[in-house]
Amino acid sequence: MRQTCNSDGGVGSTENVKARGITIFSIFVDTPTAAPNPETKLLADFKKDTHLSKVYLAGREYLNEEGQTSVSPLIGKIMQQICTDPTLCPEYPSSVGLPEFTRRATELVLGRDCHAIVENRVLGVQTVGCTGAVRLGAELLKHWYNVRGVWCGPVYLSSPCDDSLAGIFEAAGIQDVRRYRYWDTEQRGVCVQKMMEDLEMAPEQSVIVLSASAHCPTGSDLSQKHWRLLTQLMVRCRFFPFFLLPAQGLCHGDFEQDAWPVRLCASLGMELLCAQSFSHSFGLYGERVGHLLCVLKQSSTLLAVQSQAEKQVRALWSRPSVGGARVVATVLSNPAHHVEWQEGVKSMVERGILVRERLREKLRLLGCPGSWDHLIQQGGLYCCTGLNVQQVEFLEKRRHIYLHPNGCLNVSAINSRNLDYVAESIHLALTSVF
Amino acid sequence: MSLFGEVPQATPVAVFKLSNDFKEDANPKKVNLGVGAYRTDEGQPWVLPVVKKVEKIIVADNSLNHEYLAILGLPEFRSSASKIALGEDSPAIQENRVGAVQCLGGTGALKMGAEFLRRWYNGNDNTKTPVYVSAPTWENHNAVFANAGFEDIRPYKYWDAEKRGLDLDGFLGDLESAPKHSIFVLHACAHNPTGTDPTHVEWMQVAEVMKRRKLFVFFDSAYQGFASGCLDKDAWAVRYFVTQGFEMFCAQSFSKNFGLYNERVGNLTIVARDSDNLKRVLSQMEKIVRVTWSNPPSQGARLVAITLNTPELFAEWKDNVKSMADRVLLMRASLQAKLQALETPGTWDHITQQIGMFSFTGLNPKQVEYMIKERSIYLMASGRINMCGLTTKNIDYVAESIHETVVNVQ
Repeated sequence: MRQTCNSDGGVGSTENVKARGITIFSIFVDTPTAAPNPETKLLADFKKDTHLSKVYLAGREYLNEEGQTSVSPLIGKIMQQICTDPTLCPEYPSSVGLPEFTRRATELVLGRDCHAIVENRVLGVQTVGCTGAVRLGAELLKHWYNVRGVWCGPVYLSSPCDDSLAGIFEAAGIQDVRRYRYWDTEQRGVCVQKMMEDLEMAPEQSVIVLSASAHCPTGSDLSQKHWRLLTQLMVRCRFFPFFLLPAQGLCHGDFEQDAWPVRLCASLGMELLCAQSFSHSFGLYGERVGHLLCVLKQSSTLLAVQSQAEKQVRALWSRPSVGGARVVATVLSNPAHHVEWQEGVKSMVERGILVRERLREKLRLLGCPGSWDHLIQQGGLYCCTGLNVQQVEFLEKRRHIYLHPNGCLNVSAINSRNLDYVAESIHLALTSVF
Repeated sequence: MSLFGEVPQATPVAVFKLSNDFKEDANPKKVNLGVGAYRTDEGQPWVLPVVKKVEKIIVADNSLNHEYLAILGLPEFRSSASKIALGEDSPAIQENRVGAVQCLGGTGALKMGAEFLRRWYNGNDNTKTPVYVSAPTWENHNAVFANAGFEDIRPYKYWDAEKRGLDLDGFLGDLESAPKHSIFVLHACAHNPTGTDPTHVEWMQVAEVMKRRKLFVFFDSAYQGFASGCLDKDAWAVRYFVTQGFEMFCAQSFSKNFGLYNERVGNLTIVARDSDNLKRVLSQMEKIVRVTWSNPPSQGARLVAITLNTPELFAEWKDNVKSMADRVLLMRASLQAKLQALETPGTWDHITQQIGMFSFTGLNPKQVEYMIKERSIYLMASGRINMCGLTTKNIDYVAESIHETVVNVQ
């Protein structure tokens, strides 16, 4: 509802305004409504849906067999301990976060005896979740990648990728964001050749955003053989790898294996960034426990880069919040806790594998067209079904099953109560919609 | 060849360097008056009793989960935090034109506000809109606005070093000469670093000019409750501007008044002309949050929300805050009394006239250096001291040191 300016164009008090019957422009009058976040809208539609069998498969959190998020008893116990610990200090943490946390997060990805760590050329920064890590990495690159020239991209993202990624780089001032082909709908897997083709065409010093494991949103990863080929290309073309590792351990149930591509690059002496999250592996989503790893070529640059990272953090959020990071650090520094936690992650993975296998089997029994091997070849939280936009819409509107528009879904949201219905619905979608 | 090979060392932040030097000083009498946090009379950080209580409540509550908060944050936190700033019965709240974004501390709130303003205020992506910060101000103000893309960040006159008080004429003069639509960052109370706030009458004069010249009001409220011991008193300026019909932002921090420094609890309160404008602003804020930290952290906000929304806990919190403010007031009175008793040259009324955590002593850089080197008393080069660093045990030593410094060093 447009409002008109009063004669002196001034901003009057509310009472004056009413009394004089004058209305005034808002200074925000030209701010348009932002397009709703697609995820928010999808969830809102699901909540309004009254159908009894409705299933939401587009969430970002790991759900257990009961369809709930949860933390393990171990985590619960540790939170209690922390809460009653009189030695803990309510002080500002450093801008780069809790040292014990960054140390353990770094070791988890690279392995304790990684040369880069031993040679003191690794910087770890605690961040506000994985988003915070990507944002900080983007800001660092924007400001400091190639001091001599003005670097403003390009940054290459996989197609598809998490829908907030492009915006994060743009917000950091990097406008030149491009895509490399990644998911092949027909093959239902990674189109490695096309990916390499696209990257061969990229200019030198491009930053390539890569999923270390459990690619979001497709769940499809490169094989180790292909990682070797890719890293050779990156070295040859002088690309800078920016890894995403939001769920280490949740792909193969093996922390080393899930971080293997990062370790490979580090072992080749490459510089890299790696954005990590502990949301899924600890069930601590709200606490926003993230980490940005930076591997440098020379230890002589470490302090300078750290000082610049601190400076960036101060302009973003000043310091991270400690609660969740304390829990993670406590678990990772205690061998017994560490083992118990890893076992917990493994059982999450086992459940995910079981769901995938049962879904594939059910689709096979229903005579569902196409191959569904990709379901069990993929790993982690997400899975790309290969359903097209119309089929996804069919699932939503006619079967009340909510997937991402790109046909990807959260595997953990499938359980013994809804598996049959989901499988039947997918079958129906494939056989009645083209 | 490292791509980061030529990255220069960033200039160290003065207050952190000061803390480091303090740590390494072996003098048993050393005093740290540069610290930016509350300390008890034992020189220790203080977990507020109400905070301990609420933490236990949260940990014991099995119905609470660890899921992502909504992008804009915990609703009950946002609304109760805004009420703290604007008053429970604020007409703006009743008219549904107040909204908020839960942020990472006061810094996060400033950041979100700055990012929004750069994108949508005074045109689209107008990086040339001047941003005015007080001279002096909290040094991070500059960095936050610069990082959000603003190219023109200027000081407005504020502290009169000779008078040791507010340079009202200078302040009003800068308001008059600022280009229209310029953004002004105002300290809601307990100005950092000077401890000098405008009086009510002076605030009214500021508001009159800002209204006439269509300047944007961006309050930074990091010390509500901490300054006078009374939440409502400390919010007078913010609330006055609301009654004057301003649309504005108020960046709130709960770090100091809840002692939750490390949980990063902040809130950006938005006052718009009406709910329609508010809605559109919030929709854009969501987009900005999504590409910065995606969702804010849950623990601190939950704690604050439970406290503010539970009458007994709210009362207890207000008591806790008052006790912190009272200790500061006591130290101010003691320091001034001791300096007067020592007949230290100069006037020292400003120590008790200033308000909040900080005091601009008026010591010059040479005197500050003397204090640090000869007396192991650490304060900022500007002469700023944190009153919380004073205790009944060290105040005599500090007073004597100031006396000796002023007498021997000019």
